Amino acid sequence: MAERGSAVTTTVEEHAVHDVHAPPPRRHGWRRLLAPGWLRVLWMTPLFFGIGFLLVVGIRALAGYEPVIFWEAIILVAALTAAPIGFLAGLGAFDYWLAWAFGQPTKPEDHSGHGARRWTDYFRINTDHKVIGIQYVSTTIFFFLAGGMLALLVRAELARPEANYVDPQTYNELFSVHASLMIFLFVIPAFAGLANYVLPLMIGAPDMAFPKLNALSYWLLPIAGIMMLTSFFFPGFGAGWTNYTPLSVDEPYGNVFFSMAVQWAGASSIMTALNFLVTIITMRAPGMTFWRMPLLVWANFTTSLLVVIATPFIAGSQFFVLFDRALHTNFFDVGEGGYPLGYQHIFWFYSHPAVYIMILPGFGIVSEVISTMSRKPIFGYRLMALSLCAILILGFSVWAHHMFVAGMADWLRIPMMITTLLIAVPTGIKVFSWLATTWEGKINFSAPMLWALGFVSMFVIGGLSGIFLGAVPIDIHSSDTYFIVAHIHYVLLGGSLFTIFAGIYYWFPKMTGRMYDERLAKIHFWLTFIAFNATFFPMHIIGLQGMPRRVYTYDPQFGNWNMVISISSFVLGASFLIFVYNVIVSWARGPRAPGNPWRAMTLEWQVSSPPPLFNFDEIPQVVGSPYEYGVPGARHAVFNGEREAAAAPKAEEEETVRA
Amino acid sequence: MRAGPLIRVLLVALLLAAAATAVAIFIPWLPTNASKQGERIDFVFWFVTSICIGIFSIVASLSVYSLIKFRVKPDDDSDGPPIHGHTGLEIAWTAIPLVLVLAMIVVSSVALAQNDRNPKGSMRVEILGQQFAWLVAYPPPGAPQNVDGFVCVKPDRSGMEKRCKVSNNLVLPLGRPARVHLASRDVIHSFWVPEFRQKQDAVPGLDTQITVTPTKTGNFPFICTELCGLGHALMRSRAIVMQPERFDAWLRGGRQ
Repeated sequence: MAERGSAVTTTVEEHAVHDVHAPPPRRHGWRRLLAPGWLRVLWMTPLFFGIGFLLVVGIRALAGYEPVIFWEAIILVAALTAAPIGFLAGLGAFDYWLAWAFGQPTKPEDHSGHGARRWTDYFRINTDHKVIGIQYVSTTIFFFLAGGMLALLVRAELARPEANYVDPQTYNELFSVHASLMIFLFVIPAFAGLANYVLPLMIGAPDMAFPKLNALSYWLLPIAGIMMLTSFFFPGFGAGWTNYTPLSVDEPYGNVFFSMAVQWAGASSIMTALNFLVTIITMRAPGMTFWRMPLLVWANFTTSLLVVIATPFIAGSQFFVLFDRALHTNFFDVGEGGYPLGYQHIFWFYSHPAVYIMILPGFGIVSEVISTMSRKPIFGYRLMALSLCAILILGFSVWAHHMFVAGMADWLRIPMMITTLLIAVPTGIKVFSWLATTWEGKINFSAPMLWALGFVSMFVIGGLSGIFLGAVPIDIHSSDTYFIVAHIHYVLLGGSLFTIFAGIYYWFPKMTGRMYDERLAKIHFWLTFIAFNATFFPMHIIGLQGMPRRVYTYDPQFGNWNMVISISSFVLGASFLIFVYNVIVSWARGPRAPGNPWRAMTLEWQVSSPPPLFNFDEIPQVVGSPYEYGVPGARHAVFNGEREAAAAPKAEEEETVRA
Repeated sequence: MRAGPLIRVLLVALLLAAAATAVAIFIPWLPTNASKQGERIDFVFWFVTSICIGIFSIVASLSVYSLIKFRVKPDDDSDGPPIHGHTGLEIAWTAIPLVLVLAMIVVSSVALAQNDRNPKGSMRVEILGQQFAWLVAYPPPGAPQNVDGFVCVKPDRSGMEKRCKVSNNLVLPLGRPARVHLASRDVIHSFWVPEFRQKQDAVPGLDTQITVTPTKTGNFPFICTELCGLGHALMRSRAIVMQPERFDAWLRGGRQ
């Protein structure tokens, strides 16, 4: 298989479909300031900040408001809204569209913004989905490490019951920004990044449907992440990532950094999801029917639907909070006829589906890994795809299970409990099907497989604690305690994060063209796995016994468990250093990866590692399921020259022998 | 499939179930139970726990068994058997969880309905949450008991009416159901006494209610569980359950 993979690959020069040019000639002198890039960012960001500044000051002067120079409004308009637009414009995210809008002659596409020839190509607007995928994954790993450091500071404070190192405001900011970074800048975009890289390859497409939109959606991310991190300097965003009103409106000024960062990250999510949807619907290779799509594609299809439908709701909820603060509207101010629970309903209408946004792509990754590493077809492929759809639909009808003790209408609790617990059924189908896939397989315990199986076991525990929380009477006792903290870390860390690592290790050879160090990857897994359980399992106990969450000091009876948890959490934090070391060293000096090191059947493995600039030198013809391991002579796709053979299925086996 | 592997998996499952049961029994998961509502919640808790132990041991034994048994030999490049699915099995693992889930829904709903009830003759207690303390008030004799809205909490929620008995601790008589009405002065707070198992948010503008029937005398923590600002961690008070006679004396004693 590996030989065949490299055989279909041709070099870029021989490429017939796309005309590839070198980057445009460098401009000289002052004209360099006009070319898209970091030099232009350097003056356009301040320029747009200035425009925002003048807008606020001008309006205030005209309206006669005192003081004219009002920094709260200036920061919101100039720093958090206008300057990022200037940054994007400087980088060149809008150049093509603006030229088109102004009626300038359309430039013929020379693909100069496509692909990476030097490391600097990763730091500009790049339209190659493979470059964007790597940009996404690297950026999200950076924010993962930043968010992890914040978590360790939280654990340092909690090691002993009394107040120790940080003041209450800083403590609240630590856990709020930790959660926000992990959700909006790590889990959600890390999945978008992995899928960005492999999804077009998997469906046999040369790129995403909208490459320029794809580039823009990536560059919104660093803006959102930097905003969340800078909130520390303004004291500060400390209302929890849920940002409940009225607390969020009463909070110090830093809260607007969260409200705006969510807008940027949310816009990025929506653009990527639209891009995935159009790509999946319109750009599948001939023969790739929906029932022949790999499950990762199914997973991203359902996830993208969730994103497109749900994300506008969190954007709305944060805009309302922002307006209540900045414009003195009264969406949530009881005294003025507002309704605080309205915020929670809107917020959770996004944030519960967001839980599935953060796990369905992981289901997809795990399905790929388990099938390939067990050398067996996915058990019950259609039911696996249908259960994704069931979760998609049920996922929209459970949001109020976050509000069982919030004071909402009593009658709403029973229907929400029913839908919540019903989700256990499609989720159970997936777990049983993964286990059945490994049954009688030839299990290869490579690092991706370890992470995938680790995910299944941890997700089962997280799913079972979810049943406890779905049952209203138990939720009444355990809501807002460390039991919740344990549950969300079992599903998001033991769940989502494990699948992200499964995906990174699985596709690392494809993305970098080099193999990672298998031994280090396994040490990384076992260290993370053990430290993770030692950190989060005891949280179930102290939560049920009476420790509330989001506190910097607590009853001394929980002191010993918290010490154990804090020590384990530092081991957990250290385990990721192995990953960072392994990735950097292997990327630089690892052994060259073959096209198909895992002997997988899906399309991304049928091209070289890394793939050619436009993925496929010839369009593949899909002829069967992607998981036909063990079926003699079965193929997922064939390339030119093999087509006649595919037309006569009986001749296939013979064809394989000849190849 | 032959019976051999199934029996072995079943043995592993029984072992794991025994281990999980030991974890469930020997770790003190829940604090003392001190209310009638708490007893129903604990029943649901153990009902769900026993189902979860069953599911956990089946899943864990299947994975442990296949991980040990189906490990590939180093030089084996062959594929596994091309099993694409099994309709009967797939129906089974859709239908059985569905039945279990429905059972949990029914048990939970019954317990919830019983706990939500406001029993006749219940005693009204009003609690006002504010950054960062609880105020508990008891209406004077003759004040309306069984109505929505507040008797003691001032309409602007700035404090309690003078004619009510006010305390920083929640003091309750043993065995008499108390209907707790919650109000908030500023942001959302949440009432929780772990020993009662009862929790309810106090929301600005709302009158949220919960029933507690204490079954044990004692002194329990009474804490805020909804992040309410800088002093959230310190918003801790006590819930004190007394014999009815002592409670009545206490209530008469400090009337302001």
